[in-house]
Amino acid sequence: MRHLADLKPGERARVATVGGESDAARRLMDLGLIRGTTVEVVRTAPLGDPIEVRLRGFMLSLRRAEAEHITVE
Amino acid sequence: MDTVEAPTTTAVTPSSTSSERDEGVLHAALIGNPNTGKSTLFNALTGMRQRVGNYSGVTVERVEGRYQSETGRLVTILDLPGTYSVSGNSPDEEIALSVLLGRAEGVDAPEVVIVVLDAQNLERNLFLASQVLELGLPTVIALNQVDAAEAAGLRIDAVELTLELGAPVVPTVATRGRGLDVLKRAVERATELPRPERRFSLPPELAAVLAPVDGCLTRGGLSPSAAALESLRLLAVGTVQGHLAGIDGLEAAVQRAQADLEGQGYYPRALEAELRYGWIAGVIERTVHRPGASGSTLTDRIDSVVLHRVVGPIIFLVLMALVFQSIFTWASPLMDWVESLIGGLGVAVGSLLPAGDLQSLLVDGVIAGVGSVLVFLPQIAVLFLFIGFLEDTGYMARAAFIMDRFMRGVGLHGRSFIPMLSGYACAVPGIMATRTIENPKDRLTTIMVVPLMSCSARLPIYTLLIGTFIPPIAVAGVFNLQGLTLLAMYLLGTVTALAVAALFKKSLLKGPSRPMIMELPPYRLPDLRSLALNVSHRVGLFLRKAGTIILALSILLWALASYPKTLPGASMGEEAAREAQLANSFLGQAGQVIEPLVRPLGYDWKIGVGILSSFAAREVFVSTMGTIYGIGDATETSGDLRDQLRAERHPRTGAPVYTPLVAVGLMVFYVYAMMCMSTNAIVVRETGGGWQGARWAVFQFAWMLALAYGAAFIVYRTGLALGLGA
Repeated sequence: MRHLADLKPGERARVATVGGESDAARRLMDLGLIRGTTVEVVRTAPLGDPIEVRLRGFMLSLRRAEAEHITVE
Repeated sequence: MDTVEAPTTTAVTPSSTSSERDEGVLHAALIGNPNTGKSTLFNALTGMRQRVGNYSGVTVERVEGRYQSETGRLVTILDLPGTYSVSGNSPDEEIALSVLLGRAEGVDAPEVVIVVLDAQNLERNLFLASQVLELGLPTVIALNQVDAAEAAGLRIDAVELTLELGAPVVPTVATRGRGLDVLKRAVERATELPRPERRFSLPPELAAVLAPVDGCLTRGGLSPSAAALESLRLLAVGTVQGHLAGIDGLEAAVQRAQADLEGQGYYPRALEAELRYGWIAGVIERTVHRPGASGSTLTDRIDSVVLHRVVGPIIFLVLMALVFQSIFTWASPLMDWVESLIGGLGVAVGSLLPAGDLQSLLVDGVIAGVGSVLVFLPQIAVLFLFIGFLEDTGYMARAAFIMDRFMRGVGLHGRSFIPMLSGYACAVPGIMATRTIENPKDRLTTIMVVPLMSCSARLPIYTLLIGTFIPPIAVAGVFNLQGLTLLAMYLLGTVTALAVAALFKKSLLKGPSRPMIMELPPYRLPDLRSLALNVSHRVGLFLRKAGTIILALSILLWALASYPKTLPGASMGEEAAREAQLANSFLGQAGQVIEPLVRPLGYDWKIGVGILSSFAAREVFVSTMGTIYGIGDATETSGDLRDQLRAERHPRTGAPVYTPLVAVGLMVFYVYAMMCMSTNAIVVRETGGGWQGARWAVFQFAWMLALAYGAAFIVYRTGLALGLGA
């Protein structure tokens, strides 16, 4: 199973599950990051963390630690 | 409540809003995602007629405005915090939801809700809209930034969207005032339309499982539609908190429903989001047309440079350097102007009034005291302007993105960086800028450490002491010992701020690390009107909060320095008389009383007096030392004062009182000590106000003073032990 954090900049995938700490998962799901959503990793911050992803036409940044709880396919 | 005319910004007390409701007034609430132009729309609707306060018990800002409609009806608008949902993930969301449900303490339940949608980002924005519509309140949708959406090749059918949402949709461009008249008309007539309701239906098995939760909520006083929203939300959240706490049997019902659903193969946490986004997908398909679907946007192209691995940090550093450069170059002339204005006022008042206590009170107490703080106003205003500009253009989120990894090292969020950086100029705007930090504990930690950054009020002290006691020796060819000492003071403050932040996050303000989930909004040109309004709000707030305290303290310090009266001896000059007066005054006596306390740091009672007098503002230390040494109008660069300090001898031993070691110890003291009533006043407000805020401010003052004393002691004693005392 691959995680969102494993994707390289420019790679796209579909979200399979959103797990992790409940607040973070809630927030991500409110923003539309749910099962079946297409996400693209756009870039990594200059210091290697966080990452920037594109979904539903907008840009979101999240830390790798959070992206490790999101599985993609 | 509707008697206060803006632009007043007093704190709103619960009792003033909850009771009587004027029949003629229409109460509306404005809600929307961050970065939708919501504030601009609010400003465009209400103009200058606004006031700012806090919701009772929390540090969420409460902004209210009003306007008169075409028919002459008064409409008040409560600008709810920008949120992506009303799921209760943050204090902002919790407040927004409880206001809409009419369960927020001291806030009238709104009669009409205006939901602002960003036309460029309709899909995500509709999530919040779908939650709000379910509350069943008369709702009007402002479809904002339609011009930008069209420019990006999106065409949104407003009529179709009205039919989909069951609430009138008004296309607007808030920055140009387009659509506002129609919007106002729709707001006034919204109560005549059928109430909106949930636009999708639950699968029957899900509805059956949720029925007991719904029942619990309606018994707890919620309307059936609000109960339907809450039950779906609680399924995702799992715990019952805040405005729903105290409803009998609710938590148990929610947990039973969760367990049932899991048994049926559902994933309860994701249900609400999946149902809503499922419905939204259909709405988008039927209402949004993309004839000119564009590839990469301007924001994409800017970000490929601004967030580039190598170029990005360079741009960031250059930008920050530019900001600071301009704070000092732009603000300096203004500060000189304010200073001369205050000086002129002092002279004018002095010549109008006969010499005596009243003249002295006004000139030396009120004008000089308040003036010493007002001098910093231009700098504070310019800094507010920059912070607002960075926020409104969208760069602030990029700065947080770039600096997050660094700030995570001390347990904070990237958003804490700019407030801390602002602290180098002045802690007041830095502390006010912490409002963008979502997690209350991170925010509090940041507020606690911002004053450790060496602000510009410390500069006169550093300059006086370095110029007097640190020899301008060249170090390693290119450096100068004076410059290096100054750098060391700035570094000391910065490193300590980071260390203390890490300490707080591991102890007092420990908590689960909150997610750093942050939108990187599209870049946009800021609306200058909103920016100006924002800056004037902040400056006004500072003047009121800090001004009153400074005024009171200035008078107190004046009285302590002026009484009891010492009659000048016959042969005394004016300066000698002033010196004698201060030495014998209550303040001078207090300096002598605390001398045993400051002696371990190498200070005599005169420095003690200087420290006591700088309680209100650090830079007052310099002018007090001037008075003690009988130099009128001393500044940090006065040659006279420097000579006097160097020449000062112990009465008994004849050794110099001030050595470079004492000077370094004293600078270290001022790196750490929280001698700034303006900051204290703002900390009280920003940490919850009232007793709660006062407790935090006192705590901060105490630990910083303890740190200052301890560090100055260690520096002095270590120096002595190393034989550096001469």
